[in-house]
Formats: sequence, structure tokens, C-alpha cells
Amino acid sequence: MLHDREADTAPRPGPRQAPVLAAVALGGGLGATARYAASLAWPTGPDAFPWTTLTVNVIGCALIGVLMVAVTETGRATPPLLRPFLGTGVLGGFTTFSTYVVDIQRLIERAHAGTALTYLALTLAGALTGVWLASAGTRKALGVAA
Amino acid sequence: MNWLLVLAGGMLGAPLRYLTDRAVQSRHTTGFPWGTFTANMTGSLLLGFLTGAALSSHAMLFLATGLCGALTTYSTFSYETLTLSRTGAGVHTIANALGSVLAGLGAAYVGLALAQSLLG
Repeated sequence: MLHDREADTAPRPGPRQAPVLAAVALGGGLGATARYAASLAWPTGPDAFPWTTLTVNVIGCALIGVLMVAVTETGRATPPLLRPFLGTGVLGGFTTFSTYVVDIQRLIERAHAGTALTYLALTLAGALTGVWLASAGTRKALGVAA
Repeated sequence: MNWLLVLAGGMLGAPLRYLTDRAVQSRHTTGFPWGTFTANMTGSLLLGFLTGAALSSHAMLFLATGLCGALTTYSTFSYETLTLSRTGAGVHTIANALGSVLAGLGAAYVGLALAQSLLG
């Protein structure tokens, strides 16, 4: 589709607030449910390395890298509710920061400080690398300048 | 039942994060993602409190897995951290990454301590 870039960058009213909130809520519910499903499918005990939450967080970070390049960097119009639904909603609800820190806290309290520190660093590194590789790959695939 | 509790918690937590982010981001002009930071700290404090509150498993699915899980986010946190590094804000990048993790841990400990002193 031919597109006027000016029209995209000029201020314009966003979608109305109620549909955005509904899209975020629906996406957040779905994302949280998917995370819960992963925790049931691959449970990790209170003394174990939290592989499931780590994997969920890294996958969610890679996917937001793809989404944000596709939505904000191509200059093409995307449906206005796509980012609130998929980004803020689904991926925001799928990934979790609170479980991450409370799992670190629990591992420390149960005398697994080494596991706690490894988990802390590995999640942070995996998440940032995930966003970086996925966004760079998406730019390349869509022919967007970095 | 369990699925519905997580779904309902997520449907509440995600819009709360969105509204928190909007409210915080409209009140400062710095390039620092204080909105996501605020949502993540609030959720970490609340989850720390909940872990010390000995609630039923149903309440935990709704409040912990659903609400706190969706109120906080790792994906936006990582994306914003990487955006800070791409815009050359090196100090902000490290401050956001390490500051969020350390402050989040601190918030979880405060929440746990609150639960133990209030309910213990």
C-alpha cells in the first residue's frame, strides 16, 4: 500500500479509550492464561531453577521485538488496536516481572543464592538478547533501516 | 474455575498497567520509562505481600498469577531498555535494567515484611 509518511507522524487522535482498554484487557487475560498453561505443563519446584518463567519471559521479549518493528518502524499503517492488544495486552500479560523477582527472593530465602543470581542474570541477558535479535531479524526481513 | 481466575486477574492487571503507564508518562518529560517502572514496582510489592499472606490457592491464582503477573511486564521493560541503548542513553540503559531488578527485589521484600508484620 502506498503511504504518506507525513500522515503517520503528524499528531492525530488515537483510537478512543474504551476500545483500547478492552483490547488491553482481553489480551492481558489471554497472555496471563497462556503463562499459567506453561506453568502447568512445565512445573518447577520451589527449590528448582525457574526455567518455565525464564522461557516465557524470553519468548515474550523476542515477540515484542518483532511486533514493535512491524508496528512502529515500517511506515505502513497497522490496525490501531494491534499494538494495545498484542503488545500491551498479550505479551505484557504473558511475561511477568513480579514472579521473576519473587522467585529470586524465594531462592535466596531457601539458601539457593547461587541459583538466584544465575536466574537473575540469565533472564535479564536472555530477555535483552531476545528483543535485540528479534528486532534486528525483523528489520532485515522487512527491509527496514536500523 | 482456576483458568477463569487467572483470566480475570489478567484482564484486570493489564489495563491497570496501561493506565498506570499513561498516568505516569504524562507527568514527566524525561526519556526514562518511569511508567513501566512504576507498574513493575507496584506489582512486585503486591506479590511480595501476597506470598507472605498465606491466601487460598484460588485467591493466589486470581491475585498473584493473574493480577500481579499481568500488572508487571518483562517484555515492555526489555524493549524500553533496548530503546534507551539505541538512543545512546547509556547510563539510563544500565539504570533501568539494574535499577528495575534491584528495586523490584527491594519492593518484594518490603511487601513480604509488611505482610509478616501486619498479618503475622
